[in-house]
Amino acid sequence: MSSALTTPAPRPQRRDTVPETELATAAANRAVGVRTLRPALGLGVLALLALLVFALGASGQAVQFRLSEDDDAVRLPDLCVPSAPWGWFVAVALAALAVWAAVRARKLPRWAAVLAGFLFVTGFLVWVVATARTPSLSVTALLAGSVALATPLVFGSLGGLLCERSGVVNIAIEAQLLFGAFAAAVAGTLAGSAWVGLLAAVLGSVLVSAVLALFAIRFRVNQVIVGVVLNVLVSGLTGFLFATVLEPNAAVFNAPERLPLVRIPLLAEIPVIGPVLFDQSVIGYLMYLAVAVVWFALYRTRWGLRTRAVGEHPKAADTLGVSVNALRVRNVLLGGAVAGIGGAFYTLVSVSAFTRDMTAGAGYIALAALIFGRWNPVGALLASLLFGFASNLESILSFLGTPVPSQFLAMLPYVVTILAVAGLVGRSRGPAASGEPYTKE
Amino acid sequence: MQLTLNEVTKKFGDFTANDRVSLTVEPHQIHCLLGENGAGKSTLMNVLYGLYEPTSGAVEIDGEPVRFSGPGDAMAAGIGMVHQHFMLVPVFTVAENVALGHESTRGASLDLESTRARIREISERYGFAVDPDAVVEDLPVGVQQRVEIIKALVRDAEVLILDEPTAVLTPRETDELLEIMRQLRESGTSIVFISHKLREVRAVSDVITVIRRGRVVAQVGPETSTDELAALMVGRDVSLTVAKKPARGGGAALEVRGLTVVGDNGVVLLDGVDLDVAPGEILAVAGVQGNGQTELTQALVGLEERVSGSARLEGRELVGLGTREVLGFGVGFVPEDRSTDGLVGTFSVAENLVLDRYLDREFSRGPSLRLGAITDHAGAQVVEYDIRTGSVDSAVATLSGGNQQKVVIARELGRPLSLFVASQPTRGVDVGSIEFIHRRIVAERDTGTAVLIVSTELDEVYALADRIAVLFHGRLMGIVGPDTPREALGRMMAGEPAVAVVPPVPWDYSQQPSPSEQDNGAVVRSADAARPRSAATDRPEGNPTA
Repeated sequence: MSSALTTPAPRPQRRDTVPETELATAAANRAVGVRTLRPALGLGVLALLALLVFALGASGQAVQFRLSEDDDAVRLPDLCVPSAPWGWFVAVALAALAVWAAVRARKLPRWAAVLAGFLFVTGFLVWVVATARTPSLSVTALLAGSVALATPLVFGSLGGLLCERSGVVNIAIEAQLLFGAFAAAVAGTLAGSAWVGLLAAVLGSVLVSAVLALFAIRFRVNQVIVGVVLNVLVSGLTGFLFATVLEPNAAVFNAPERLPLVRIPLLAEIPVIGPVLFDQSVIGYLMYLAVAVVWFALYRTRWGLRTRAVGEHPKAADTLGVSVNALRVRNVLLGGAVAGIGGAFYTLVSVSAFTRDMTAGAGYIALAALIFGRWNPVGALLASLLFGFASNLESILSFLGTPVPSQFLAMLPYVVTILAVAGLVGRSRGPAASGEPYTKE
Repeated sequence: MQLTLNEVTKKFGDFTANDRVSLTVEPHQIHCLLGENGAGKSTLMNVLYGLYEPTSGAVEIDGEPVRFSGPGDAMAAGIGMVHQHFMLVPVFTVAENVALGHESTRGASLDLESTRARIREISERYGFAVDPDAVVEDLPVGVQQRVEIIKALVRDAEVLILDEPTAVLTPRETDELLEIMRQLRESGTSIVFISHKLREVRAVSDVITVIRRGRVVAQVGPETSTDELAALMVGRDVSLTVAKKPARGGGAALEVRGLTVVGDNGVVLLDGVDLDVAPGEILAVAGVQGNGQTELTQALVGLEERVSGSARLEGRELVGLGTREVLGFGVGFVPEDRSTDGLVGTFSVAENLVLDRYLDREFSRGPSLRLGAITDHAGAQVVEYDIRTGSVDSAVATLSGGNQQKVVIARELGRPLSLFVASQPTRGVDVGSIEFIHRRIVAERDTGTAVLIVSTELDEVYALADRIAVLFHGRLMGIVGPDTPREALGRMMAGEPAVAVVPPVPWDYSQQPSPSEQDNGAVVRSADAARPRSAATDRPEGNPTA
């Protein structure tokens, strides 16, 4: 899964710069490869699944992947894939990878993991679409929907990233998204302006952050507990207000206008990726900007250096005159602001009304994306896109009408999340001081 | 710049860590602060560095009182500090660590280039050879320490505080550090050198201020003999030499062959170690921390995951057994960190004393504990091991370090053993308790138990060892006699095999004069504090801990 591409490769041992006199003492311990058959076993299971389901269970229909629609300026021919041969191909290729991994008995290189993931996903896609009544799938719709569903996840995980990188665990992303969505709907309706709604989402989410900061940093309460309590609190509060105020007077409180869609001329005409990337809401474009800005700020600015230091070794930062808790408070508030934009996506872009618990656990998925993306903004983006893809696949497949029960499809995003976080990411190293309140003795 | 502490007192609750301490650090001076662990040296320096606010008294620079509200202020005033535990972000590069808190920027973005240039410049001037782009966690500790010094120098520190800087260094790295300190003094930086190691202190200091139990007890010059310094530091005559009869020798109780431990990442942490320990013998393992000693002791008691090779205790294989089974063979184990691995801090003294034995019939009946028996047992152990505690029901974390360690020792020696493994048995323990623990270990040896001690303190190694093994990067550099000169051990600790350094030791003890009877001029085995003396020092006052 390609999010790993963005994390720095294992650092080279720069021992060559150690002076001559140091070499005697710096000679490293002998290293041996740790033999492991785990990747081979994993690939073997995938190959077996592919054989039983994608190859032997193929429906025999060919699948039509539509790369462009009738009214597109540039038209590409459809891609036709016969399901049984493709299933066999995937099964054989995965089996070959498994054998290769077994002989090697080492950790799987990244390209192999990406290749295996790609094969399995396409195998699944071809198989499942082939079982549908109409075995035809618009690639553009599949991808565009993925990006849309990923948008709040990206903002959520960026918000979480700002907190965690400075050493505060943020379980309350769900609360921030939900409260942002609520505030956007109410303020947007009352003011009659989606822009006011967006601003209110940011402020509302910052408010949640302020509570988190107060308890986690000032009173040093266990950060996970504060986060969970905030999630429950915001869910209850918005649910109550929705039932008592919003629902009876929907026109007054809960009918915000939507943020405009912006179609960028020419770029939006590029086949497949044009409509996916360049025909979006303002929040969609903000998402790319936010990822780039957070990345730059984290790795290329003074603030970023201090933030990372405070998340890794707060005492070291303190002895150098960095005010640890002040920086943490600022970053937690900033994280809330970013997550709030994601919340606004629900009520100002996706649908134009607030409903009870409408984020439906997206905050937790965003947290998973943050971990899967190894606390890196680009990694979080790619992980969110993966989870968005899984969610979108679910809705498209139930629309196409496959014989796979819809309950199983509804599990898809969560299964992908669990597999991604537990299985593929391995042991990823988060900020060392995350979750630990800092006190000067 | 002249730095003065004027009657500085620092209290934590009822505990007075520093009591009206006054001292002056002149320019171009290496001023040593000598004192035992817990004497209040580090507290004093944290006051100086703005991490603690003094309860009363003042810090003065060139005669003017200053108030530091944080380390930032101290740094701005020209004070730099190298902490005992390095204040470096492990995943950052050298340049990032040096720049932190002091960053130059170009527009919005960080300008590390100027920092790199400064690092290269300083590094060249003092011969540090530190690569600004190396990641700190990949560097050897000696180099990490230089990064800490660079951090201070980049901030134009005129006074550099070095807190126990040699604790983590090999003897050779220590010598290099002392040379760097002299160079820094020549170029005008004054240095406050905190240490409890007399040899280093005498080698490099201009003035030595001795601190005991939070008070300045003397200020002397470097010509003062180590005996006098030790007496001043400890406040009474302490024998670090343990009177002991020659080891009995005879066949090996513990036979270790090709013992290897591999870490998570494939690094071989313990590399094919072969050694024997005879019944009634103490084998001390010396080496700089992190060279495989921890893995050796943990592999013996079944606490390591990827172990190969063999370790036979009286013919029975230990490798592959669980810890409970190993302990069942009569193995006592003192882990190196008592607070994380040796004790449960919130449990009572009595509970901690039966942590490994609560399943014995003596202490439990079916699923229920025999609380009366546990309390009685604790009462007896507290007396026998001189554990100073209000009650056996007090939480063990409320005891002083020395008394906590005695709880661990009492538990581990409190039953018949065939092998006793102790890692850093006296780390962070007051001198009185050290004496007591050492005597206990030797007494255990004399009952015929094979004893394996791991220590990074050479003084302790010399005080206890019948033979000395040295580990370096997981490999055994050799096993040598107890009279091997310090310098030779130092070379082994830096990676030279024993054969290149000293002649091999005869394995048969009957051929050898007893270590304690030998007149060994080369061995500083008594840690300079053996002979009685009549220095004008305080007499012992109760339990010198804290």
